[in-house]
Amino acid sequence: MNAQELLQLADDELVLGWRNSEWTGIAPFLEEDVAFSSIAQTEIGHARAWYELAAKELGTDADALAFDRAPEEYLCAPLVEMRMVDDWARTIARHWLYETADCIRIQVLLNSIDREIAGLAEKIDREEAYHRMHAEMWAERLHDEPRFREAVDELWPYALGLLPEEQRPLFCQAFERDEGAAVERGDHTESLLPLWEEMTMVRRSVPGASW
Amino acid sequence: MNEAEFAAYVQNGGQIEAGDAMPEDYRKALVKFIEMHGNSELMGVLPEREWILRAPTLQRKLALTSKVQDEVGHAQLIYRVVEDLGKPREACLDDLVAGKTKFHNVFHYPTKTWGDVGVIAWLVDAAAIISQKALLKCSYAPYARIMKKICWEESFHILHGRDVILTMMNGTDEQRELVQEALNRWWGPLMQFHGNPIAAQDDPMYRWRIKSQANEEARQQFLDGYVPQIWELGLTVPDPKLEQGKDGVWSYSEPDWDELKWVVTGHGPETERRLGFRQASRDETAWVRRAVLADAA
Amino acid sequence: MIWEVFRQEREGQPFQHGGSLEAPNLVFAEAYAREFYGRRDESFALWIVPRESVEEVRDPYVADVFDRDYRRVDGYSLKVKLKEARERAGTSPAG
Repeated sequence: MNAQELLQLADDELVLGWRNSEWTGIAPFLEEDVAFSSIAQTEIGHARAWYELAAKELGTDADALAFDRAPEEYLCAPLVEMRMVDDWARTIARHWLYETADCIRIQVLLNSIDREIAGLAEKIDREEAYHRMHAEMWAERLHDEPRFREAVDELWPYALGLLPEEQRPLFCQAFERDEGAAVERGDHTESLLPLWEEMTMVRRSVPGASW
Repeated sequence: MNEAEFAAYVQNGGQIEAGDAMPEDYRKALVKFIEMHGNSELMGVLPEREWILRAPTLQRKLALTSKVQDEVGHAQLIYRVVEDLGKPREACLDDLVAGKTKFHNVFHYPTKTWGDVGVIAWLVDAAAIISQKALLKCSYAPYARIMKKICWEESFHILHGRDVILTMMNGTDEQRELVQEALNRWWGPLMQFHGNPIAAQDDPMYRWRIKSQANEEARQQFLDGYVPQIWELGLTVPDPKLEQGKDGVWSYSEPDWDELKWVVTGHGPETERRLGFRQASRDETAWVRRAVLADAA
Repeated sequence: MIWEVFRQEREGQPFQHGGSLEAPNLVFAEAYAREFYGRRDESFALWIVPRESVEEVRDPYVADVFDRDYRRVDGYSLKVKLKEARERAGTSPAG
């Protein structure tokens, strides 16, 4: 796996973690607020771990990779860029789809010939078990909610686009759904630029400073 | 026990549990006090959560998310205590957004820079912890018990705050200026935070041993602990009258008690916007609570 | 639904009440209990119980009107008898 592939993973986790932390303080109820915030934190922690691996190869550091690139240099998928607060149905739909996709790609990484990658994938997989449990819990609870099902339908093509083509059949199997067309990585959505501006505003205010 | 006997019982260190008989005035005073605390934890989240998104390093992003998460958790613990005293959480939230109940002055003010993030975690949390430590001795045992967990979690927040400040103070001139400027804005609200001095015998919260520390005592403790920390970094406190007497007592310019009253009665610079924001989020997620919590009641 | 959470601080220690939370069922209650009482690795194990399953007994009175000093350590006074027994056996301690 090369640095670009590592950055893709890291960018997905960072941007999704960023989007999920938009719910901190305003989740539907307090107990869930605390739980969902942990999930956001874990995602950012995983992003950090992938950035650190990529940083070694690229001769820089994790924060520089996370914050000092131009928006067009990010390799995240459109699925994670979308702003979904205050829509809990869409948020959980994305959470459920993403965790399942992430699980599939992590399983592949567990078998990586690169021991560092395999080792990191194993650690991440352990933590992701809780995320999957949480997503399943909510998917089951909202199963009969029309707005949840609509959100899953809407986000399905984006979720497909998260994974490389060879991993998509397994993903479809998990949901017992036909594949259909995917929204591929490549072009960023218009949500990314405002996100990047807010995410980097403090850092850009005093370039090169320690915080 | 009649009311006088009850007052004597709690003043002597007697503890009350959720199921115990208690005078109606005691129960009302408890609900009012504890509810305001819950409201404050919940409203305190709003000025800080924006900065999670803007945190300039991954570590700061994680630390700030964790801090805010703790505060939401504290709100949960506190509202559960209020609910067990007879007022459901949704009723508390209804009254909060309607402006019928209060929350601490500091959470009515805007945050403008990353300097605020440091100052809030370092000094505002410190002021809050002083009050919270005193509540460990509250006569109402369920509340005293959650204060233990709250105080433990708050100790991490102060460390985070101090780390943020020290890093900036060791950084560039611009960063040092951010800290000083934030301190200049927050000093007034900080000095008002513990409330105007009231004689213990006039304060029902003492009679019932809900509070066990005088407002002025808390303020003096804050100044004792934190003015030296501020000065040793080369920062200035925007109060020319601030000084410590030979007897150890701090003297300072009289805080603006009118401002305090005006702010906590719902007229702070950010009050309306934040309450509106809270209500809007509640409205958008009401269906979730119905789907998840209501039918299980 | 309200759930009570008991936590074991370290292996082998008694479970102590940690707090309560609201959740629609055990799956949610477990997720939240883990968060509230385990996210800082501060609990070795948790018990999660619906509040309605907890029976509280205030003032656990059994009987205390008649003297029952046979149930208490200070209900036994052995000094005098021990002294007498040692003297009989000639094994009184020196001094």
